[in-house]
Amino acid sequence: MSTSTVPADNSFQLSQLWRDARYRSYTIQIIALIVALSVVMMLIGNAVENLEALGKDFNFGFLYEPAGYDIGQMLVEYSSASGHWKAALVGLLNTLLVAFLACVTATIIGVFVGVLRLSNNWVVSRLMAVYIEGVRNVPLLLQILAWYAVFIHVFPTPKQAVKAPVIEGAVYATNRGFYVPGLTFDGGYQIVVAVLLASIGGIFVFRRWARQRQEATGQILPVGYISLGILIVPAVLAYFASGMPIGLDYPVAGRFNLKGGLKVGTPLIALWFALSIYSAAFVAEIVRAGIMAISKGQTEAAYALGLRPQRTMSLVVLPQSLRIIIPPMISNYLNITKNSSLAIAVGYMDLTGTLGGITLNQTGREMECMLLLMATYLLISLSISAVMNFYNESVKLKGR
Amino acid sequence: MKKMILPVALGAAFAATALSAASAGTLEDVKERGKLRCAVSTGLAGFSYTDENGKWQGFDVDYCRAVAAAVLGDPDAVDFSPTTGKTRFTALASGEVDILSRNTTWTFSRDADLKFTFLGVSYYDGQGFMVKKSLGVASAKELDGATVCIQTGTTTELNLSDYFSANNMSYEPLSIETNTEGRANYLADACDVYTTDASGLAASRATFENADDHIVLPEIISKEPLGPLVRHGDDQWADIGRWVLNAMKIAEEKGITAANADDQAANSKDPEVKRLLGSSGEMGASLGLGNDFALVAIKAVGNYGEMFERHLGTQTKVNLARGLNATWTEGGLQYAPPFR
Repeated sequence: MSTSTVPADNSFQLSQLWRDARYRSYTIQIIALIVALSVVMMLIGNAVENLEALGKDFNFGFLYEPAGYDIGQMLVEYSSASGHWKAALVGLLNTLLVAFLACVTATIIGVFVGVLRLSNNWVVSRLMAVYIEGVRNVPLLLQILAWYAVFIHVFPTPKQAVKAPVIEGAVYATNRGFYVPGLTFDGGYQIVVAVLLASIGGIFVFRRWARQRQEATGQILPVGYISLGILIVPAVLAYFASGMPIGLDYPVAGRFNLKGGLKVGTPLIALWFALSIYSAAFVAEIVRAGIMAISKGQTEAAYALGLRPQRTMSLVVLPQSLRIIIPPMISNYLNITKNSSLAIAVGYMDLTGTLGGITLNQTGREMECMLLLMATYLLISLSISAVMNFYNESVKLKGR
Repeated sequence: MKKMILPVALGAAFAATALSAASAGTLEDVKERGKLRCAVSTGLAGFSYTDENGKWQGFDVDYCRAVAAAVLGDPDAVDFSPTTGKTRFTALASGEVDILSRNTTWTFSRDADLKFTFLGVSYYDGQGFMVKKSLGVASAKELDGATVCIQTGTTTELNLSDYFSANNMSYEPLSIETNTEGRANYLADACDVYTTDASGLAASRATFENADDHIVLPEIISKEPLGPLVRHGDDQWADIGRWVLNAMKIAEEKGITAANADDQAANSKDPEVKRLLGSSGEMGASLGLGNDFALVAIKAVGNYGEMFERHLGTQTKVNLARGLNATWTEGGLQYAPPFR
């Protein structure tokens, strides 16, 4: 009587693949995989066939040919005689630069706005709501173009700017970009840089020690001031000790433009500005959600223990809301990076502008350029994800 | 479902190039569709622009109309696709358009490497510079250190780089996508110099409020033979495009105009005119067209000279002299092979 109602294991029927819950999910997954693979195969086959029909081959040799065009803003040495790969590298660095700058400023503005949005002051919170709803509901491309137009029309031409400098002889704001003194490096500057880096490492060590001390003894040190001191004092000493190897290069008026100094071009500023303003609205909403998700009881409990509001925020509320804030922030940073590809609209030569724009056009290698471009963006995005996920792990609620 | 993300992303990538399928019979495709698909520029006074009624007008546009008239008998049976310097080749290579008539320079690599066939030269041009008079610049050699607005994806950015390095000068490029943006940047003083083909400069200058405040510098730094082009691999279609253009040049040599074309076809004693206009011989049939294809085209848009004067000539705002683009009999370079 024991096993008579259970069918024997070996009596497998084909219909079980669909009817039996034990096999059904495998069946569905295998079918999905086959469909997905055949779509990929079809697309690859189609692309190969069409490239052949057009008489085009598929290779990346063009990357080593001279690019032949110049780029306005670059972080590494580049000339029109450099290869297309170098132009792509310049573009990549420009993409990373604007993405990094925009992520930082969007976070700062966003946190600020998000907190103010929760303010008890009716006017302030309404103003922030207007900003958020206004900015995040207008297409980014239009905002970039609008900011660019504002920058090139509002700021003076280089000729006028020379007559009305921000700081005489050092800082000029023109409609082609902002000029600030650049750094020049003479022999021995490595010492200063090394000392500066060592100081930064020292700050981390000091802060850890200060925290441990506080946990052990309950005494609190003025961490902020001491950190600042560690950062500046040794570097300044090293600077004078090694004979002032780092100098300043001031911009001077040329016939058409200002020469020398460090130029931050209007395309970069406009793009950075637009990306920051736009993305900050999303950050603000994420921050607001994160703070509101923390139960009011936590704050009240902290107050009851005698913590001041500022410490309540930084020690009780924020660490908990970070757990909620970080995952959506990751996708926000990814969006900023990808949105930076709108740069070409204002003539900022990012990766899309060089590899996916001029190089593609001058060489006619659409397939290679697009694949390379997408692979690069994928890699950047995955790297950002990885770093942010790592950080998320570190603030996550830990089971003890 | 996570697995599906990759195929979709790849799909989007491949679809762009996969559309192509450059079929051999462009003529059949066009006839079947009843429309010619022609890529023009997004807006350049004199060459291709939309008038106040939203109708495409211009020198490059009229060439498309002539081809449509020759092939389909109707100069209005054209779908125009506005393309930028960047998108034009992809549009043509992918088969999105049948012909590209967008002041495009004939170069070796576009011919051999990008696999296009140029149909002839509709306009002999060269790259020039436009600056504001107030800068006090008289020659391009004085432009060291200037900021230059350039349209990306064109031969101009390569010529510019060559010219400045050959003369040991430096410049700051401001790359822009369309002529309209270029003008806006130039007028806002975001750049000192605007460079493109001299015809384009004249066309842009014509649209400025104070055209007299701007000058085109005397230096012409490149050869820019502009012309229409098609994909490699369909010789019949290329021949049609080439001979519509040639027919219009021959018509000017022979004094055939839109107004007198019918009369010439009926009464001319000149054997070449009779062959051209289809009143003798079977010339059109060998292209797969009617024998009167040139007659229809000329009646639709006029001969080469009429087309030029209507859109670019000294009577228009663009105000370009014929110069190199006069027929060879007048000392210019426009010279069509014999129609026999």
